[in-house]
Amino acid sequence: MSLQVVTANRLDDGLVVFLTADGGWSENINDARTADGKEAANALLAEASAPELDVVIVGPYLIDVEQQDSGLVPTKYREVLRTKGPSVRADLGYQAV
Amino acid sequence: MYRYDDFDRQLVQERTEQFREQVKRRLSGDITEEQFRPLRLMNGVYLQLHAYMLRVAVPYGTLRCDQLRELGGIARKYDKGYGHFTTRQNIQYNWPKLDEIPDALLDLANVEMHAIQTSGNCIRNTTTDQYAGAAADEIEDPRPYCELIRQWSTFHPEFTYLPRKFKIAVTGSPNDRAAVKVHDIGLRMHYNDAGETGFEVIVGGGLGRTPFVGKTVRDFIGKNDLFSYLEAILRVYNRFGRRDNKYKARIKILVHELGVEEVQRLVEEEWAQIKDGSLKVGDAEIARYIEQFAPPAFEALSDDDADFERHKSESRAFSNWVRSNVIEHKQPGYAIANVSLKPIGGIPGDATDTQMELVADLSEKYSFGDVRVTHEQNLVLPHVKKADLFAVWTALEGAGLGTANLGYVTDIIACPGLDYCALATARSIPLSQRISERFGDLDRQHDIGELKIKISGCINACGHHHVGHIGILGLDKRGKEFYQITLGGDASQDASIGKIVGAGFSEAEVVDAIESLVTKYIDIRDGGERFIDTYRRVGMDPFKEVLYGDR
Repeated sequence: MSLQVVTANRLDDGLVVFLTADGGWSENINDARTADGKEAANALLAEASAPELDVVIVGPYLIDVEQQDSGLVPTKYREVLRTKGPSVRADLGYQAV
Repeated sequence: MYRYDDFDRQLVQERTEQFREQVKRRLSGDITEEQFRPLRLMNGVYLQLHAYMLRVAVPYGTLRCDQLRELGGIARKYDKGYGHFTTRQNIQYNWPKLDEIPDALLDLANVEMHAIQTSGNCIRNTTTDQYAGAAADEIEDPRPYCELIRQWSTFHPEFTYLPRKFKIAVTGSPNDRAAVKVHDIGLRMHYNDAGETGFEVIVGGGLGRTPFVGKTVRDFIGKNDLFSYLEAILRVYNRFGRRDNKYKARIKILVHELGVEEVQRLVEEEWAQIKDGSLKVGDAEIARYIEQFAPPAFEALSDDDADFERHKSESRAFSNWVRSNVIEHKQPGYAIANVSLKPIGGIPGDATDTQMELVADLSEKYSFGDVRVTHEQNLVLPHVKKADLFAVWTALEGAGLGTANLGYVTDIIACPGLDYCALATARSIPLSQRISERFGDLDRQHDIGELKIKISGCINACGHHHVGHIGILGLDKRGKEFYQITLGGDASQDASIGKIVGAGFSEAEVVDAIESLVTKYIDIRDGGERFIDTYRRVGMDPFKEVLYGDR
């Protein structure tokens, strides 16, 4: 089965975040809690969609990821860009840190 | 230039305060994202791939130097030191924080700017010729009419929830630099038989997933009647435009489905009811707006300037810049200086905070404090003395703004694409950078001549690929970026929609494909022909063959 994590944008600064094991939100995809299989993924998304989180994050959704040597990597390039920043500005986004 | 009256000032200040309260309520949880989203969009705040994006309106592409300076300041204070000028003559910031946006809007309001009409299903910011009031080929400055359209359309209560967004573009010159034929309404100024100036009204043009060149619903509307006529069109659209399907909701679909004759009949019927009402604008009022855009205090100069000629003969780089970036002005001794935001290998339309401040300073010193934004994502100093061009160019060159490529193959329109945009299916910017590098040699660009390449990172066509001489559309094919090429598009008075040349290309192949097309054009062109002229003469087949052979 494919691995999935939940991502969203943080409400106050709009930056990309991932749902973590302790129910918090991290800027680092490697802190994300993974779900293996449809049922676990749906449960993860349901947790992220709780009404009380509407003041923390915006628009949570599931993305497919792979466990690689370097850590968790999204399978879609769009999501890879979200974990890094614009490919044309290496000085911006999480890749700059 | 137009200055806010008390009414404008109050309106923008109230809107800014309202948005501050809305943000506060959102952050405290008093309103949900679902409730907040339409409110933020009505204030130009989008949520993009990496962060929020703030789109600031530059009405009809005209800025004062203090406004551009503030745009630079906002880039530094609330963003990451740069902004992106768009094909709608606006500017976008890519990293503002939601809780700081109300302060940014207040700073904007202090220089008579805002983010109104930059999002939502309303009448959007009106665009026009970037050379308005300066171009030698202009019939009349279109901006007084653009400003009247702005006042009529801003927060128009009847047209705040249209079926879809609505874009109006105006040209005062027969040489259309505002792409009026691919807007929801395009207005082209011309003379009637009595020698009066008025507008041809073109409706239902547009790009996106269903591109159309607009159709003429009225060959001539007098200036006094323009606003009631626009109202009649919007009423017909608001009533009959489709609301069942977002992708069929623009007026171009209505015009396509009903036919232009039926749309014309409906508009004329509506107009007959309202044409003598409050929207009939008298000559005295129009004159007041023309006065607001009165020409600056030009000096009476000879059109020949010895120093200018000497600098051209002494500096090849300056002479090259003049050749491509300097355009004839209607006033003897003056010129229009284009500031390219397309450095070779750079990001089209991006400008740093200090670059914006430099252009603002140059405009204050050399161009009566007047700056323009073009829909091709460049800036313009519209009124520069020929005698000052060398000083302007020297300063621009020192800031990486002196690229001599206006209208050439490296003067590429590109949308932000997948690097920033939540809707994109592929990246646009890296491709534009690679094409720019491939053709960066200036002698080669001179040889190729005018060639408009336009790149969109998805079917919504913000990069105007349908009207590129060569258009490139980025798609996603099974998780890989993939680029479809169109040929023969044109945004000018001879507008046409490009045709797909054949199967698309991978990211690795596409720059070679573009080069093959350009090489073919050079092989088969007749003397003086631009790429688009050759394409129109020979058609698709020779270009298809060079890309696909027998395939």
